[in-house]
Order: sequence, then C-alpha cells, then structure tokens
Amino acid sequence: MIRTLFAAASALALGAVAAQAELKPAVIYDHGGKFDKSFNEAAYTGAEQFKSETGVEYQEFEIQNDAQREQALRRFAQRGADPIVAIGFSFAAALEKVAPEFPDSHFAIVDMVVDQPNVRSIVFKEEEGSYLVGIMAAMASETGKVGFIGGMDIPLIRKFECGYKGGVASVGGVDVLANMTGTTPAAWNDPARGTELAKSQFAEGADVVYHAAGGTGIGVIQAAADEGKLAIGVDSNQNGLAPGSVLTSMLKRVDVAVYDTFMDVKNDEWSAGFSVFGLAEDGVGVAMDEHNKDLVSTEMLNAVEAAKAAIIAGEVSVHDYMSDSACPY
Amino acid sequence: MFMDVILLLDSTVRLATPLLLTALAGLYAERSGVFDIGLEGKLLAAAFAAAATAALTGSPWLGALSGMVVAIAFALVHGAACITFRGNQIVSGVAINFLAAGLTVLLGQSWFQQGGRTPPLMGEGRFETITLPLAETVRDVPILGPIYSELLSGHYLLVYVAFLAAPFSWWVLYRTRFGLRLRAVGENPAAVDTAGISVAGLRYLAMVCAGILCGLAGSYLAIAQSAGFVKDMSAGKGFIALAALIFSKWRPVQVMGTCLLFGFLDAAAIRLQGKDLPLIGEAPVQLIQALPYILTVVLLAGFIGKAIPPRAGGTPYVKER
Repeated sequence: MIRTLFAAASALALGAVAAQAELKPAVIYDHGGKFDKSFNEAAYTGAEQFKSETGVEYQEFEIQNDAQREQALRRFAQRGADPIVAIGFSFAAALEKVAPEFPDSHFAIVDMVVDQPNVRSIVFKEEEGSYLVGIMAAMASETGKVGFIGGMDIPLIRKFECGYKGGVASVGGVDVLANMTGTTPAAWNDPARGTELAKSQFAEGADVVYHAAGGTGIGVIQAAADEGKLAIGVDSNQNGLAPGSVLTSMLKRVDVAVYDTFMDVKNDEWSAGFSVFGLAEDGVGVAMDEHNKDLVSTEMLNAVEAAKAAIIAGEVSVHDYMSDSACPY
Repeated sequence: MFMDVILLLDSTVRLATPLLLTALAGLYAERSGVFDIGLEGKLLAAAFAAAATAALTGSPWLGALSGMVVAIAFALVHGAACITFRGNQIVSGVAINFLAAGLTVLLGQSWFQQGGRTPPLMGEGRFETITLPLAETVRDVPILGPIYSELLSGHYLLVYVAFLAAPFSWWVLYRTRFGLRLRAVGENPAAVDTAGISVAGLRYLAMVCAGILCGLAGSYLAIAQSAGFVKDMSAGKGFIALAALIFSKWRPVQVMGTCLLFGFLDAAAIRLQGKDLPLIGEAPVQLIQALPYILTVVLLAGFIGKAIPPRAGGTPYVKER
C-alpha cells in the first residue's frame, strides 16, 4: 500500500517537474512578509500578475530571520528555480555569495546593486516619487509643517526622506519634521510606535505625514485617521487603508520590476546589470483613485504633473541621498 | 514649553500602559515562584485574540474578554508544564513565546487571508478614548487645566485600569490573605504546604491572574492603541516588562514607577530625534534609541542595588523526595 502510494507520488512529482522544466520563477520576500500592504506586497502583486497572464506557477518564500537569506537563495537555485528575485537590499551580501555558485541561474535583487554577471540589480528612484508627494504634502498642509516617518534608519530610507524634503522645499515656506522608527529590522513591524511617532509629530504641528516604514506605517495611517490629519502611504497604493485620511501614496512599482524580470527570462530577453526605475520609466509615481480624489485639488495635480515633466525632461534633478550620504535640502 | 512637557508625559502614559499591565502579570507569576519568560508570547496571543474577536463581532468588550481567555489558556499551559509536570520554567516560557509568534500568524492567515494581520478596525470594534468630566471647561485654567484635560483625560479605559491595577496589586499582595500566601509560596512553599494550603492551587491561581493582566495588555495593544493585529506587534514589550519587574525588585508600586520611567525614556527618545542638543549637535537616532538601555544599566548597577528574586522561583515544588 505504502509502496503504491509512494510510486504514485513520485510519478506525480516527475510529471510536475516535466511540465515546468522550462520556467520555474521564484521570489523571496524580506522581513515584513508578503502581505505588508506595502513593499513586499507589491512584489507579490507582480508575481501574481505574471502567474495569471502566463499560467506559470512561481515559488515563494518569506524569510523569518536573517540566516535564512542565504539558505533560501541557495535552496531555490539548487532546485532549479530560475529566475530568482530577492526582494530587499538586505539580500545583497547573501546574493554576492550565492550567485557565483550557480552561474547558469538568473538572479535579480530589488533595491541594491550586486555586481555579478548573472545578477540584475533593480533600483528605483524613490527620491523622484518622494519629491512629488513632498509637493502634494506641502500644498495640502495648513499649518506649514509636514512630517516624515521612516522605518529602519538606513540610507535607502534617508533617500525617501531627502526626496520628500526636496519636494516640500520646492513649494517653499513649509518645515519638515523627520523621525526614524528604529535601527533594527523590528522597526518595519511596530505599528504602536508608528502611531506614537505620528502623534508626536501632530502635536508639534504637522498635519500631513509621509511614512516609509512598511508595517509600522499602518500605525501612522491609523493615527492620522484618529486625529483627523493626513497621511501619505508608500510602495503600494495605501489610499484605501483609511479612505479620506490618506492624501496619496508614493507608488514604487516593485510589481512591474518582478513582472518584467519573470517575463524577460520567459521571452529570453534577460539582461544582467543595472535596471533603473524612475519617473521616466513609470517605476515610481503618485497614486490617485476614488479614495483620495476629494483630498487632492486641481492645483496640486497640476503642480505634480509639471514637476514630473520637469524631472523627466531633466530640468529638475532630485538629489539622491545614496550618492553622497547627504541631503542638501 | 510647558505644553511640550505635558504632551511628553501624555505620551509617557500611553507607552507605559502595556508595560505596566504585563509587568504586573509577571509580578503575580513570579511572586508565586513561577518564572515567566513567556510574557511576550501571552501578550502577543492576547493581542491577536482581541483583534480577531473584535473584527468578527464588532465589540471591543468581547475582544478584550477573548484576549483574557486566550492569555489565561497560555498561562495555564505554562502552569501545567511548570507546576504539575515540574518542567523547566525557562524552557516552557520560551516555548510559549515561539508558539504564540507562529500560531498568531498561522491562524490570522487562514482566517483573514491578510498575511497574519487582522482586518483593520473602524469605528466600533475599537475602544474609544474617555474624556473625563469637565475636561473641556477647565482646559483654559493655567497649569492645572492642561494637566487635567491633556494628561489625565482622553485616554483609553485600559490606561486607567492599568494605573489602578498597580495600587490594587499592592493591596492584594500586602493586605489580603491571598497575597500573604502568594508571597509565602514563592519564598518557602514547604511552609505553605505544612500549613495545609495547596501549593499547586495557589500557583495556578497566580497564573490565572497573570493571564488576565496579559490579556488586558494585549487588548490595549491591538484594539485601543492600534486598530488591529500585525504580526509580532508586541515588539519585545514582554521582555522590557520583565526587565521592569526585576528593576523594581518584584514590588507592585515600584513596578508602576519603573514602567513610567521606561515609557518616559521611550517618549523622550521619539521627541529628541533629529533635535539639536547642546554639545553633540543633532542627536543620532542610534544614540537616542540606546538611551533607555544605557540608563537601565547605569541605574541598575549604581543606584538600585541587588535585585533578589523570590527564593523558590524557578524550582518546581516537590513534596517528598
């Protein structure tokens, strides 16, 4: 009996392998998990879109601790998964090690540059998207003060902050209060602290707060809804989390990046090296939908469109914090 | 300036509340001779139960109730392992933490399909802040007005419960028969047994008390302070509460003071970030965040003196060898 079952199971497994031999994409999510309503969820959306369009199943893994990064990458590569997309800058060190071991596999990493011949490094110009929401925040503010709440204090999040400050400064006459949630990965998942940070910024006079803090940001949005102030979401479209209290969301199209990577391998158009998603590539942007259309005035939209055109045309260049670890705004 | 101080203290009260309730829970357990590393797990499990129930029923009261029930259940598992089966209390506590961290996400995912989060609570389903009588009328009175209307009024019910629970626990521990026996069973269970009182019974009762308080703390986190459960939302508060308990040498009123101190440091850290400080310029985030821990070490080493746990703590009671 057991032997029959075993035979049947292995026959099934063999069949499955044969069916998917040509393409076995995999995605590995970072801390925060695939349903963080933010960064990782965008990656999930892209992978799901690929699945529904092509019918190709993909594999996925959510890491629970840092030791799993390297394990997960190697395990997927050993099982023949290809391409393997790692979501998050923290995978860089692990990928640096694993990629040379599997020269025939295709890897991609989001938010970081890994210089290996079989790795595509996908980076976003978060500063450009943040610049646009900075303009909207400054125009929506009545108190002349706006806030920024970051997750873990890392250069990437400083990049969001710097672009936002640039946008606010371009409007003029508005101050920015900035806080970071913490210095460990726990900072991505602490909504209570997010609420407290937002409340302290509201108490200091801010009335629009932009968060780049993953799951912590849910607390920020909650605080804005509780106190009748405005929040700005990040990465995914978070306008619907508290309709009427989220001015807009800075979209970071990780979904497009994941989808493109999967598609490129499927269509044999893979390329290693840099892949930059900015305003010009529609890789970042602001979210408009039925939840926030009453909050955003026509002047704001016009200002955003003008700034967007200017950035794409190269008339305005938004400073990238990571280029020199400093913010001039 | 004065208003800033009031807002800082207001934030202190909000941040100290979950620590206080959790530390008091640990107080009951540890005073009875059962070490409780599992506070974090109970807190997390209670937060999840409260948020899930409130999301399904729309009632914060049922949410808090189920938070307490789940925390008591976890406490009794810990109790069964440590009291009845005489297992290692630290190991059991760690197991509780892992169990809660995994189970909450697993159940949350299978019930709500949102990756271990519960649906955000809107309007009802969440506790509302309580405005004390006359808070608006006296707001303009100098000094006392803001203290009353900002600092004392406008908190969630569970905040008031927490700050009443501390003196109440003092009364229970030092002025009731139950409290005397509880303290005795943590110091010298053999003597309690000789007097004809059930050691196991008392310790189980203490675990139930701990469960109730952890349940309230979890409910505060999930359905008052936040509006829903997010995975790992306790973020180490159970361990900080444990530190507060040791810091205050297992005494209820001192526990309240310590939790307020920790809450104050946390609130101050939030407000000091990015401000220009004398001598060092703009305060780095890392320094500000390490401040509470540096202070804890300095105070513990220099001013508080030796913290001696209940003598029978950590060892299961065996009647006869």
